Amino acid sequence: MIEIENLSKSFTLHNQGGATIPVMAGAHLSVAPGECVALTGASGAGKSTLMRMIWGNYLAASGSIRVGGLDITRAAPREIIALRRDTLGYVSQFLRVVPRVPTLRVVAEPLLSLGTPEAQAEARAAELLAQLNIPERLWSLSPTTFSGGEQQRVNIARGFVHGYPALLLDEPTASLDATNREVVLRLIEDAKARGAAIVGIFHDEAARARVCDREVDVTGFTPAAARGAA
Amino acid sequence: MRDFKDTALLQVEGLTKRYGARIGCADVSFDLWPGEVLGIVGESGSGKSTLLSCLAGHLTPDHGRVLYQGRDTLAMNEPERRVLGRTDWAFVHQNPRDGLRMGVSAGGNVGERLMAVGARNYGAIREAATDWLARVEIDAGRIDDRPRQFSGGMQQRLQIARNLVTGPKLVFMDEPTGGLDVSVQARLLDLLRGLVRDMGLSVILVTHDLAVARLLADRLMVMQGGHVIEHGLTDQVLDDPQAPYTQLLVSSVLQV
Repeated sequence: MIEIENLSKSFTLHNQGGATIPVMAGAHLSVAPGECVALTGASGAGKSTLMRMIWGNYLAASGSIRVGGLDITRAAPREIIALRRDTLGYVSQFLRVVPRVPTLRVVAEPLLSLGTPEAQAEARAAELLAQLNIPERLWSLSPTTFSGGEQQRVNIARGFVHGYPALLLDEPTASLDATNREVVLRLIEDAKARGAAIVGIFHDEAARARVCDREVDVTGFTPAAARGAA
Repeated sequence: MRDFKDTALLQVEGLTKRYGARIGCADVSFDLWPGEVLGIVGESGSGKSTLLSCLAGHLTPDHGRVLYQGRDTLAMNEPERRVLGRTDWAFVHQNPRDGLRMGVSAGGNVGERLMAVGARNYGAIREAATDWLARVEIDAGRIDDRPRQFSGGMQQRLQIARNLVTGPKLVFMDEPTGGLDVSVQARLLDLLRGLVRDMGLSVILVTHDLAVARLLADRLMVMQGGHVIEHGLTDQVLDDPQAPYTQLLVSSVLQV
């Protein structure tokens, strides 16, 4: 479902003397439907960079990233937009929404953009918010005023509201209490059971051990490691 | 819902406008697809408003082509272009006063556009106007008030109702949230997002506000000195900008 081949990435900082910083070389990764792969490695090793390249908001220098057959590195913006609508979901650590939009709508939005009727989309959103223990009295309010943990759960609800065949999870259990952590782990297990291919970053080792089938250490994808292997 | 067809709604090829020796916009080319929101960002004087005016037919470019559904809009005669401007196209100005008739009631402002495309039944026109005022969250009780009695945010919402009542396919927007308070901006952004999704609108949005661009646009074009210097998926341009100018622009903003 997710196939990465010989991927490299560098940043050119034009306003800081034009320095080019290579951050990744020779990355390979293959994730099958129903499989969950954890990215590991020290902070700064490139876990988030790799996730963002799969999502398409970081450009690759070379190599390919196929998600459901579409090569993100060569796709037109509208193809990536369509992929994000039907195929690829992303639970980031930060909730970015239009202020004032009620939580229920924020969560239902991915379904609305797929053309799901409003009542059905909101019913599904309500189901997830209830599962994640967001009190119903908050559903009509914008999540911008919520606590960090509540925002995190709204983000998770939004990421799981549609059955994406591929999912990216950035620290999905961070800042959650034991009860909600358990709900999220079950959501991940359910997604795997229906055949979703998942790539995640989990600092929560117990969570990683429970839901992930494999670990891939991105330290092996640093340019220095790639030179060593060559 | 946004549907994808295999033909671009608007095809722009090599559009150039000069003011004497000075460049307004130079050699701009892009395709816009049905249901897509294209943001054009850049500083004042970067050419984004000139480009928008050329696209909408308010300015005549020196070179280039603008094809709408395959028809060359620059080769159209004036009546043809006027029909297009009243039916398929709409233009939302930064200043509502440029897009509204300030001496005509709110209902009249909305109804007038319907009459321009042939609506004649008074009851039906008033009903459509009432419906649209509700959609842009203006109380039905204000239908006979004149726009000058409205707040800036309400005027802007009225301008949007007036523009969208005829069900256009393509909307040009010039800084639609400029000059409004932040809380009013948020309300307008929410409204615009809903309308774009529900009506399947294609939008060309000029803004200097990168936060607005991030929330509304699918794609971004960055302009500097009349040239498009970067073009791509909105979050890619903002999170991993490639051109020196875009890097400077993004890094100069307090968190977007």
